[in-house]
Amino acid sequence: MSGTQTTSAVPAAGSAGRASSASPRKRRVRGTTGAFWLFVGPFLLGLAIFIYVPIVWSLVLSFFRAQNTVVPDVFVGVKNYVDMLTDSAFLGSLWTFTLFGIFIVPTTYVIALGLAVLINRARFARAFFRSAIFIPAACSYVVGALVWKLSIFNGVRFGLANTLLGMFGIDPVAWLSGTGDFPWYWPVVVTARLWLQVGFYMILLLAGLQQIPNNLYEAAYVDGAKPGWQTFIHVTLPGLRTTSVAVLILLLINAYQAFDEFYNLLGNVPYARPPLVYLYYTALGAAQDYGHGSAGALILSLIIAIVTIFQARVLGFGKAD
Amino acid sequence: MAFSLLAPKPVGAVGQSGGVRSILGTIVRYTVLVIAAILFLLPYYLILRNGLSSEKDITSPDWTFFPSSIHWENITELFTDPSVPMAGAMLNSALIAVVQTFGQLLLGSMAGYGLARIPYKHANKIFYAVLVTLMIPSAVTFVPSFVLVSSLGWVSDLRGLIIPGLFSGFVAFLFRQFFLNFPIELEDAARVDGLSYWGTFWRIVFPNSLQFYAAIAVITFIAAWNSFLWPLVIGQDPSSWTVQVALSTFITAQTINLHEVFLGAAVSILPLVLVFLFLQRYLVEGVAQTGIKG
Repeated sequence: MSGTQTTSAVPAAGSAGRASSASPRKRRVRGTTGAFWLFVGPFLLGLAIFIYVPIVWSLVLSFFRAQNTVVPDVFVGVKNYVDMLTDSAFLGSLWTFTLFGIFIVPTTYVIALGLAVLINRARFARAFFRSAIFIPAACSYVVGALVWKLSIFNGVRFGLANTLLGMFGIDPVAWLSGTGDFPWYWPVVVTARLWLQVGFYMILLLAGLQQIPNNLYEAAYVDGAKPGWQTFIHVTLPGLRTTSVAVLILLLINAYQAFDEFYNLLGNVPYARPPLVYLYYTALGAAQDYGHGSAGALILSLIIAIVTIFQARVLGFGKAD
Repeated sequence: MAFSLLAPKPVGAVGQSGGVRSILGTIVRYTVLVIAAILFLLPYYLILRNGLSSEKDITSPDWTFFPSSIHWENITELFTDPSVPMAGAMLNSALIAVVQTFGQLLLGSMAGYGLARIPYKHANKIFYAVLVTLMIPSAVTFVPSFVLVSSLGWVSDLRGLIIPGLFSGFVAFLFRQFFLNFPIELEDAARVDGLSYWGTFWRIVFPNSLQFYAAIAVITFIAAWNSFLWPLVIGQDPSSWTVQVALSTFITAQTINLHEVFLGAAVSILPLVLVFLFLQRYLVEGVAQTGIKG
């Protein structure tokens, strides 16, 4: 359609933003196809190379034996998938993190929503409280894990939690060791994740709260709803529906993809090991088993996709309010 | 909704009827908020406290809130300790975060504009192809991406750390949605004046969208600075470590120097705390924009 215009437009791409002061000659690029590719082409090329090719490659690798080599070796059919689906360590990690998701999703949602409501109603120092609760969202999960492991939940006597317990005469707890009768590592990983993510979702819910029109509250008041719990159930929660659905879906996806803090807090332990940590050690550990690693990654992707669609259906994502 | 979070919106007369109950309610609410604020800020204090303490104060069995003395010389120690590549890691992280932020914004906003505004018969198909990449959890593609990058010979190489992260389908998607709402009259006027799509974009659309760019940039920068899995997979040689990988190596090391670890953590979050303090309005706006994906 516009081969000549395409070529006249392409050189401009190389000189990026400053090309805006291009010569008048280039002004009349009428060829919309050329213009479209000028804008979308570079991005699409990158997407193809760094997203599509890896996905296809991983699909191929998952049907091959590929150990210590990134080149498919021997075709093994669905053996990698069967191996992963009968691997008790992998299945265990999927199950553990389903439970982890079921626990962490409502916990984060309730705490973030509670804080958002409190901050929304605060009449003074509101910016301070919003910032104080939001600022951990700027912290990396690595740093979060570092503070939790080496300071707060340090297993020795000088750990902060053990110091507090010591005041009540309780012996130090070896939080992350996995020994003992109680899985003490769960409070550690749960509180770390809460600290790191609550602020982010609090901001989202706060934005949602402020989009609820004031006259809905006034109407509820006129209709005799008591300010407080009744108004919250009948006005606030329905008004937050869209935001809440997005938050809940996001939280579950993120729980399945947990990696950073578990890797740093616990490493490659058989308990509390997220699927991604297991896949990391499968593919990049001593075995360098890309075939099994790819099969596992695809199984995990499929589970996340199914859970997301199911959750979106149940919660009615996309329904207009 | 832009920046509405910044202007406190009073709830109004509703739900604020006077009386003892209301005062009691306010006291309870503020008590909860104060406790929450203390709990959320405490880890930051612990990082600073331990980073500037002597090793003895950190490991003392009699833990005190304030250390007995403050050791500013820990800072020079951290950056001169040859066993810890902290300065190099900071440089790597800064380079990666800056280049990825610019790259994602440049490529993503151009693609978003093309998809939103330039008629092309396959535009819809291409948009779906971009949408599909949003459905695939990025963390799950690390195995095949590593396979690709290692066959390019980019392991332990800044190219491997930066280039695969330049293309964000999500940023392109956000810009497309944003440009769909851009006042088309402005663009039409520019087109009537004879500007090409390219000229219209850079002279009219871009300068009038800077707030949106800033919001996305802040979020992108923080995500790039904090990312861990990909730099861990690719940065195998200490010279290619980012701050997060360096800190992680610290945590899992056999013998650790606690005050150095904590000071390293403090140094690593400093750029983000600065971003937070000075660009918070853009950060809040960015979170609100990107929240649907995270």
